[in-house]
Amino acid sequence: MSLTTRGFSGRRREPDDRLPPGQTLVQRWPVLSAGPTPNVHTDTWDFVIRDEGGTEHHWSWDQLLALGVEDITVDIHCVTHWSKLDMSWRGVSLDKLFENVETEDAYVMARSYGGYTTNLPLEDLLDGQAWIAIEAEGEPLDPEHGGPARLLVPHLYFWKSAKWIRGLTMMPTNDSGFWEQYGYHLYGDPWKEERYS
Amino acid sequence: MTTRLDGNVLAGALAHLFVPDATDLRARCTNCGRVAPIAEAVVYADAPGLVARCRSCDHVLAAIVDAGDKVYLSLSGLSAIALPK
Amino acid sequence: MRHRRPAWHVATVVETRPETPNAVRLVLDVPTWPGSEAGTHLDVRLTAPDGYQATRSYSVATSEPGRVVLGIDELPDGEVSPFLVREVLAGDELEIHGPLGSYFVWRPGQSGRPVQLIAGGSGVVPLYAMAAAHAAASDPSPFRLLYSVRTPAYVYFRDELAALAGPSFAVDHVYTRQAPPGWDEPAGRLTRDSLASTTFAPHERPRIFVCGSTGFVETVVAWLLELGHAAHDILTERFGGL
Repeated sequence: MSLTTRGFSGRRREPDDRLPPGQTLVQRWPVLSAGPTPNVHTDTWDFVIRDEGGTEHHWSWDQLLALGVEDITVDIHCVTHWSKLDMSWRGVSLDKLFENVETEDAYVMARSYGGYTTNLPLEDLLDGQAWIAIEAEGEPLDPEHGGPARLLVPHLYFWKSAKWIRGLTMMPTNDSGFWEQYGYHLYGDPWKEERYS
Repeated sequence: MTTRLDGNVLAGALAHLFVPDATDLRARCTNCGRVAPIAEAVVYADAPGLVARCRSCDHVLAAIVDAGDKVYLSLSGLSAIALPK
Repeated sequence: MRHRRPAWHVATVVETRPETPNAVRLVLDVPTWPGSEAGTHLDVRLTAPDGYQATRSYSVATSEPGRVVLGIDELPDGEVSPFLVREVLAGDELEIHGPLGSYFVWRPGQSGRPVQLIAGGSGVVPLYAMAAAHAAASDPSPFRLLYSVRTPAYVYFRDELAALAGPSFAVDHVYTRQAPPGWDEPAGRLTRDSLASTTFAPHERPRIFVCGSTGFVETVVAWLLELGHAAHDILTERFGGL
């Protein structure tokens, strides 16, 4: 049974050709959280890409910034049905981080401080599609939004843009991350509405 | 000889385990061993699903995702749940 | 009674009236409602014409079959509570799912130990249900309610709580923003000392039910533990917020 409630329309949902199906435009930036907010300091922050041979490529905060920080303006689509358009970010392209990483593996597990994980194809992280983001809307990324640094992969649902990112581990197969184990889609294209597996 | 059956035989045992309300059942955290009613977990609700964590060690006890035509339930962080008989 | 299977019900709004400056009392007629234990909650599901749905949980203030009373606070930036507070009219139908919860409940005849209820704001709703059930059952365990609220105008179930007060049920108010005229304490937040002086002492071994915002509950529980109450005697229900 599903009774229509007289007078209820929910939050305003306006059609907009920049919104993928099932999305609602928001102005504020909702905080989604599946656990306590980790307290990560940039002076001890360490980012690591681990390849299939076990080689670890490390960057400190200063080494990350030295790779070059770029301005990014993108639309963000969260699987919980909100979208935020034209968000301004600053971050380091993953192309720079992968420059000297030799790998045959096609998949990546993103790992965060606090234990969160999410899986992505490597090709979705390269060619100007993904960043380690350190600022949003002109401010350093605050801890609730994943600061000091989060993954930013705007062409996929936002759960793929792991908050509190600490590293990427190469994988030969597309293993499931945190939400993917609980029924979310392995890839997560918002335009195809790939919410659930 | 060892009796090895298939999962069908669990039907009777499982039938009364899916109780109408499980929040007052006591369960054990696989990580730290704390035993407490499920109602005492810390639940993060502002997320793509409900995530229940241990109040002692923050380990993920359970997750529930409403995936439209089905609901995913993970109890991976609970090593045992005590049920009334 | 203990494991009463929850179900979906169609509820008809019988009455909606202001409860506080930002809350309403909704009286629902639910012919299929089996009654509920004191402290339980239910989910209200709203459905838009295009199929969009939003569901939120609310504590139940009543226990009898066929009738449900809710006290609903309007949350700033909320999606369901502003609709329930401002838009709903008598005669409207709502879908509800319940009764839910078997942990944060008080059952008559459970023990002779004192019961301490501690409410922050609209957290009083399930605790009011416990106090009403206690009176209806003529249960002999002594009850006390400590109720922290902004101003006298924000008190839920004012007349009902006053009517329940008596030899076995005492109510203490803490006004955080504005006390009534002639009140002997200035308005201000609950403190550990005022908590200690208005609640059953640890040696009386009360069972304690705390309901309020997440911040309120965490502050109160920390104080209760410092005062010497045992963790397993404290039951909590947080409804979010700061």
